[in-house]
Amino acid sequence: MKHQFAMRVGPVGFRIGSAWRAPVEQLAALYAGYPGADVPDFTVRLGPPSPWRRWLRPAVALAGDFTLPDTAPLPLAHALLAAEMGMNLQVALGHRRHLLLHAAAVERGGRAIVMTGESGAGKSTLATLLGARGWRFMGDEFVLLDPATGMIHAFPRLVSLKNRAIDAVAAALPDARFGPLLTGTPKGDIRHLVPDARAVAAMDDPAMPALLLFPRFGADAAVRPVAAGEAFVRLTQASTNYVALGERGFDTLTRFARDVPKVAVDYPDGEAAIAQVEALWAAL
Amino acid sequence: MGGAVTLAALLAAPAKADALPQEKWAGVIAAARAEQLLGALACRLSGIAVPERVGAILHDARDMAAESRRAALWEAEMARRVLAPLAVPVVLLKGTAFVAGGLAAGQGRMIGDLDVLVPRAALDDVERALLATGWEWAKPDAYDDVYYRRWMHELPPLLHRDRDRLIDVHHTILPPTARITPDADALLAGARPLGNGLSIPAPEDMVVHAAIHLLADGDLAGGLRNLWDIDRLLFEFGEEDGAFWSRLRARAALHQAVGVVARAVRLSHALFATAVPDDWRGLRAGDAWFRRRLLARDEWGRETRAATRAAFYIRSHWMRMPPPLLARHLAIKAWKRVAPARS
Repeated sequence: MKHQFAMRVGPVGFRIGSAWRAPVEQLAALYAGYPGADVPDFTVRLGPPSPWRRWLRPAVALAGDFTLPDTAPLPLAHALLAAEMGMNLQVALGHRRHLLLHAAAVERGGRAIVMTGESGAGKSTLATLLGARGWRFMGDEFVLLDPATGMIHAFPRLVSLKNRAIDAVAAALPDARFGPLLTGTPKGDIRHLVPDARAVAAMDDPAMPALLLFPRFGADAAVRPVAAGEAFVRLTQASTNYVALGERGFDTLTRFARDVPKVAVDYPDGEAAIAQVEALWAAL
Repeated sequence: MGGAVTLAALLAAPAKADALPQEKWAGVIAAARAEQLLGALACRLSGIAVPERVGAILHDARDMAAESRRAALWEAEMARRVLAPLAVPVVLLKGTAFVAGGLAAGQGRMIGDLDVLVPRAALDDVERALLATGWEWAKPDAYDDVYYRRWMHELPPLLHRDRDRLIDVHHTILPPTARITPDADALLAGARPLGNGLSIPAPEDMVVHAAIHLLADGDLAGGLRNLWDIDRLLFEFGEEDGAFWSRLRARAALHQAVGVVARAVRLSHALFATAVPDDWRGLRAGDAWFRRRLLARDEWGRETRAATRAAFYIRSHWMRMPPPLLARHLAIKAWKRVAPARS
């Protein structure tokens, strides 16, 4: 394609081709600190859904090695979101080296906290806030669980902050680098945050999972242990390649659900959540 | 040079991978994924030195194909258990037949639907048995349903509600309205038992079916994979015994598919350097168009040559049914697209 950019996020290399210059320039600026990808694992294409939409009300259709039927095109102004969705889709449908969990993770001293939950549970915000308090940010979308070692690998792509989280994180991280504010996307307002230099520099260092959290934003502070069976079932829902990995996926997930302490955490705000997480960590 | 061209060259001569510049690999991988051939390429390149990152991608592709094989064989077993009490012949077709028969064509093959052939007289019983055990109509539209039953060579596709897998139950291998009429009874009679109640078509019939599927049914979308199936079948059967090629010619005649099979063999030889006897070689008039269509994929995995593809799309309908019937079908389809928008 006319414009292209390649980079590696954790163990996954991407090649992004675009019919327009602007999306590639934005990506290149935001992913400037990331290594390149000599042979990318996946190709993402940002092109018009029909030839005239390149010029006339320009729109980006999501395409690449793996696609979903009936994904609506996005306006060119939201091309960064299209690129993010395209990259996520390739990993979700194509990655086989690790068991994928839709989760965020942070690391300290070689051991990691994995946080999983539905969209809106506050994974991204929580992981970002912890990243500002001495933890190493490992990712806010996918946690990659290694079937051979049981360790988790980082996938520190740009953090996709939504709606209220945008201002909350901007206040907590005044020196951080952000992408442009994308207003009125199908997911509301979105702004991308560049993970700090440490998260990128250490992204090839795996960590041993030590705590699995099921955070939930908006309720009174509460903490409850989660049994292995419940955790297993919830994680099968949170994995995009559990079925595709077959027996390897089952073995990896049962070991993870059995061996790692599991806690559900309800929290009213970010400060309370951090205090709850630190207390749980200290008690391990 | 397009991604599909390099892909075909590597499938034909895997040793060339050694000399492929690193920057070419992304294009080959994207084209192979788009053509559903990455698993086949990965199996073909086993043991050949490739850049480390390429090796990891090919390793994953072999894993994916192994899982695809396992799921396909399991789906065949599920159907076998349901259909066994009917005591009717059930012949596996296409990808599932390749892996069930342990054939080279199954190496790295991605398999989606389960395709089976049963006698036309058993169709109602088979349908009832499947509907009673978890399969459901995938296209619950009255016109589509009537269309399939009246004009097609298979039941409307059935989806299993728990396993989310499609089964296509065929009673022959081309629509009855098509220009050529394969002999479904001969396909059933010649099938080779697998020992578990299921069977797969005879070698020559498998080649004839693959050729018909590629060239006489559809617009050649995904055709490179279907041609690769043919290359692998010819490679394996042609090597096994010297009489294969004369049996193939006779069988093609029986199924009214002499021209189709001959063209498939010529294209396989031209694109994949398949070893074929001298009198099966040499491209004829028109073959260049097929070659052009089969390789219409660039190094970003995009389809190219829109006009050629459109021509083959029109051809697919032209072959499938006589013009008056086609006109009626397209009119109804068009009306059904417009009608919901109006109401």
